[in-house]
Amino acid sequence: MNDTGYDYSIVRGFAFSALLWLIVGLAIGLWIAFEMFNPALNITPWLSFGRLRVVHTNALGLGFGLSGIFATSYYMLQRLTRTPLPFPRLAKAHLYLFDIAIALAAISLMAGMNTTKEYAELEWPLDIGVVVIWVMFAINVFAILIKRQEKQMYISLWYLIAMTVTIAVLYIVNNLEIPVTLFKSYSIYAGANDANVEWWYGHNIVGFIFTVPVLAMFYYFLPKATGLPIYSHRLSIVSFWSLIFAYLWTGAHHLMLTPLPEWIQTVAIAFSIFLIAPSWGSVVNGYYTLQGNWDQMRSNYLTKFFIIGITFYGLQTLQGPLQGLRTLNAFFHYTDWVVGHVHMGTMGWVAMIISASFYYMIPNIMGRELYSIRLANIHFWLILVGQLTWTITMWIGGIQQGAMWKATNPDGSLMYSFLDALTSLYPYYRMRFAGGVVYFIGILIFAWNLVQTARQKPAAAEA
Amino acid sequence: MGINSKPVVFAVISALVILVGTVVTVFVPLFMPSTQPVSRFVKPYTAIEQEGRDIYMREGCNNCHTQTVRPLRTEVLRYGEYSKAEEFAWDRPFLWGSRRTGPDLNRIGGKYPDSWHYKHMQSPQGMFALSNMPPYGWLAANRLDVSNSFRKTRILGYGYSQEQVNQQIAEYKARVTASGYDSKETRDLVTPAGMRGDLTEMDAIIAYMQKLGRDVKSMEAKQ
Repeated sequence: MNDTGYDYSIVRGFAFSALLWLIVGLAIGLWIAFEMFNPALNITPWLSFGRLRVVHTNALGLGFGLSGIFATSYYMLQRLTRTPLPFPRLAKAHLYLFDIAIALAAISLMAGMNTTKEYAELEWPLDIGVVVIWVMFAINVFAILIKRQEKQMYISLWYLIAMTVTIAVLYIVNNLEIPVTLFKSYSIYAGANDANVEWWYGHNIVGFIFTVPVLAMFYYFLPKATGLPIYSHRLSIVSFWSLIFAYLWTGAHHLMLTPLPEWIQTVAIAFSIFLIAPSWGSVVNGYYTLQGNWDQMRSNYLTKFFIIGITFYGLQTLQGPLQGLRTLNAFFHYTDWVVGHVHMGTMGWVAMIISASFYYMIPNIMGRELYSIRLANIHFWLILVGQLTWTITMWIGGIQQGAMWKATNPDGSLMYSFLDALTSLYPYYRMRFAGGVVYFIGILIFAWNLVQTARQKPAAAEA
Repeated sequence: MGINSKPVVFAVISALVILVGTVVTVFVPLFMPSTQPVSRFVKPYTAIEQEGRDIYMREGCNNCHTQTVRPLRTEVLRYGEYSKAEEFAWDRPFLWGSRRTGPDLNRIGGKYPDSWHYKHMQSPQGMFALSNMPPYGWLAANRLDVSNSFRKTRILGYGYSQEQVNQQIAEYKARVTASGYDSKETRDLVTPAGMRGDLTEMDAIIAYMQKLGRDVKSMEAKQ
């Protein structure tokens, strides 16, 4: 507690949970990246690629992503409404239950309890747990908004409201399943319908975890860190409504050229192209916010995290719709190109913005300076170089694999076996692993920097 | 100023806005029979094949293998006839996958004898030195758990009676443990001595592999 009455202990708790799951998730990521060119690492069933890959995605998507969102949301909600958290004990229970659920998720996935629906692999008892946890969060969100002292809701709050509502709808609809035992269930949807529901979910869960709340952070922390107001309020209103309207139509671009009815695929392509506009609305808003102050890219260590982060968001939202076009999709789908695409978004945009938000927020709530700006700069460059090495390698590998799958001899027969195309990727897999190591070191420095910040004496006590 | 100062109204309007695309592209197709057509040629999985499918899911095989052949020339050349919607009518959940670290499996059924699969599951590297597939020899050391087989087929609506499920299990067990089984030599090689008279998880996953894409061949032959 402090003189404002804001509850910052919950912010700190979720922030350090985020760091823990970030390190765990990346370590598993490195392990499976190594397995890709050296299968000897599949030592036991629970360390085999098929089981660990979902631990990696869940630890980072849910463990790191969600706790980063919860940490910054509890902070932004209190600051933007000028209201203390209405139910701090509920929030505390939310934190403990969340960490238990993520640990159980990791254990159960390693044990092979896997529904196989991507980013919704958890079995039904944990699904119920996730819904309970989300309701606990939503109660505080809406209670604080209703009690708020500040009349106007700032842009970031719109994004948080949209996230709270949409994640609930997505998660419940996609996870409807009939239990067989405590550890096993079957989806209530069959075949093409199951695929359609799953990728409506899969695409939008990424949208409403890795885009919407990260934009909330961007719109809040960029002005805070730079001292510059957001360039255009009107642009942010137009971007917000068109983004959340268009997003939900686009899931089927993940199912291009499958037996899903063609009209659903075509509608998804059209809305994917449309989505470039609201996405770039936020990119442009970010860039123009800095107009006349671009020297901050040198003088303010936080600015470059935000601006490089939003740049990767811009690239991501151009690349995504292009991949959705039928001809390009026929070439790129199922290759490592897509893997590169996903990781530009997560490593380049999400982690950049959450890093910078934490660098601003943690010293602020603890009433002290950041332990080391120099280390923060090293962290920035390591994760930038690590991510670029990682993603560019995968794009090249993806193009190569796509080309080899398509290549034919003059007589019309296939030029390469499947194995030829796979083994030609091993040099890229080694390079990707190296990029991952660089990135991981950057993240360890990030975590170390924040832990040291938390451990040093408060500035006020020294004065 | 308007809804920006009314959080509950804002939440309701947001919900309506996200539901438009959801209803049109997801909820409406759920109630259109054309989204997931059915064919009398595509039969549900047997209890053993279903157990194999569950092992496929447990091991996360879908993380590296797709099960949908696209209507592209080189893809049909590589894997076989492109996938039809009817084939997936019994699939809960769908297992189309999103990444081909390994090849597509939708047309794998009948492509190789069981012995090929026993050998390959036991040691992918023994067959293809540079393969990066994890070895699954340990599946042959696990007795197949059939205690929920009937319950599973009932929940999935396959329409088998308890007796039919028992019979399917007994028949498959008799088949792979018979002295005349065409893949007996390889099966004995990969299965620990104590398990050779039993059904193993390896037997089940191979039964599932051999089912994939087989019914659609009869469907196309009849058309």
